[in-house]
Amino acid sequence: MAAAKFKVWRGDANTAGFVDYEAEVSEGMVVLDAVHQIQAEQANDLAVRWNCKAGKCGSCSAEVNGHPKLMCMTRLDDLPLEKPVTIEPVRAFSHVKDLVTDVSWNYQVKKKIKKFNPKPPDFEDGTWKMQQEDIDRVQEFRKCIECFLCQDVCHVLRDHHLHDNFIGPRHYVYTAALEMHPLDTENRLGDLKETDGIGYCNITKCCTKVCPEHITITDNAIIPLKERVVDQFYDPVRKLLRILKPKK
Amino acid sequence: MTTELTLIKRRFGETLRSDAWWLQPVLVFCGLTAFVIYTTWAAFQGEHYHHGPYLSPFYAPEIFGDSEHSWFGPKPGWWPTWLPFSPAFLILWAPAGFRLTCYYYRGAYYKAFWADPPSCAVGEPRNGYRGESAFPLILQNMHRFFLYFALIFVALLAFDVWKATQFDNGFGIGLGTIILAINVFFLGGYTLGCHSLRHLVGGFMDRLSGTPIRQKAYHCVSCLNGHHMRWAWMSLCSVALSDVYVRLCSMGVLSDWRIL
Repeated sequence: MAAAKFKVWRGDANTAGFVDYEAEVSEGMVVLDAVHQIQAEQANDLAVRWNCKAGKCGSCSAEVNGHPKLMCMTRLDDLPLEKPVTIEPVRAFSHVKDLVTDVSWNYQVKKKIKKFNPKPPDFEDGTWKMQQEDIDRVQEFRKCIECFLCQDVCHVLRDHHLHDNFIGPRHYVYTAALEMHPLDTENRLGDLKETDGIGYCNITKCCTKVCPEHITITDNAIIPLKERVVDQFYDPVRKLLRILKPKK
Repeated sequence: MTTELTLIKRRFGETLRSDAWWLQPVLVFCGLTAFVIYTTWAAFQGEHYHHGPYLSPFYAPEIFGDSEHSWFGPKPGWWPTWLPFSPAFLILWAPAGFRLTCYYYRGAYYKAFWADPPSCAVGEPRNGYRGESAFPLILQNMHRFFLYFALIFVALLAFDVWKATQFDNGFGIGLGTIILAINVFFLGGYTLGCHSLRHLVGGFMDRLSGTPIRQKAYHCVSCLNGHHMRWAWMSLCSVALSDVYVRLCSMGVLSDWRIL
């Protein structure tokens, strides 16, 4: 077994900095294993949030060597171990302690998004008829594990701290899943433009790059939503067609 | 809702990334700068843009001009005398606007030219940010109108490929014909994979199952759209190389290789 060096972010919102540790590395280990080893043997009070260790709960989000990643899915043999591995908490949310941040802002934002509002049922037993090809598009968005790595890497939140004006990629994915649902009747386009700040997204695609579920966030969720907002608010031809279209 | 968060502002370029995060924006900066400089120079030349049946894509369609490709004859009389004239000035705004407002290029040049951000998870130089929610960048929402022109241009350039087979002595194929055809192939792949087109052919609908033609069109555009960046760069190179080839043939530096 080889030893590797780690720099782990320690402290709270008032005082914090990197602390050096060393851990034994064996084949197949992931970053979270190393953090647990450090916690067990050298720093019992190290705060770290984790749960499934299988990349499905989204709890162990952190920044490893500056890249937003799930610690449980980042293998140490994919990292250059000749240099210390840096592990820090995600940077788009308030720091609580060590590797733990307060991501509750995301849950507050999610509550504000208009809920699923289905059309009346197709059948008397209260069910609907849907084609699989109509639901395929939104099923991609259902893969989201809410790890908030996309929120962390988005510069609008990370660097510009526009949390009051911009809901972030995670919530555009959530909105897209509702807005593109074949049964949904709600219109969220006004909110997207006015309060959810979709105009702040400048399509860096960083959210897509860091998504551990490989959701094509920018191309399949954000840009289609931007185009729907253009339909509603910026396209005079569409506006004219809406006026001329006979009402049902 | 006002959110109280205690966040640290990072300095410009601050990151713990140890990979070459700067490489991609630098390559984009160099590639786009070189293209803009060459295109501007070529547009201002106003000559050597045609050779036999070939017409440079920077000058196509030639609405007014001195070559036999011109639709309405030479420079119009109403053109202000103080304003330099080139047939390219009349048309280049459309493909330029299409690329400038393209979703791929937007993300690329915001990073490369404006460092907004320099790269993912790398600190930015400015504090203020309005993105595309205010003037002038809110005009990026006009992308679909440039798309309409771009689609017409691709059709016209495809017709130019047919015309590039009509030599003085009848039908033929030269290296120039092949180059212009490859250019249309790449431009077609880029234009038909546009995000706005994807929306307009079917993306705006929640149910595509009842419209098989729309559904097929949506899937075809989505397929091209998945490689939009690649098509964008290939078409950028092909359009510049097409102009270089026609220009060098017209200047007598190269003689066109007649294949058929």
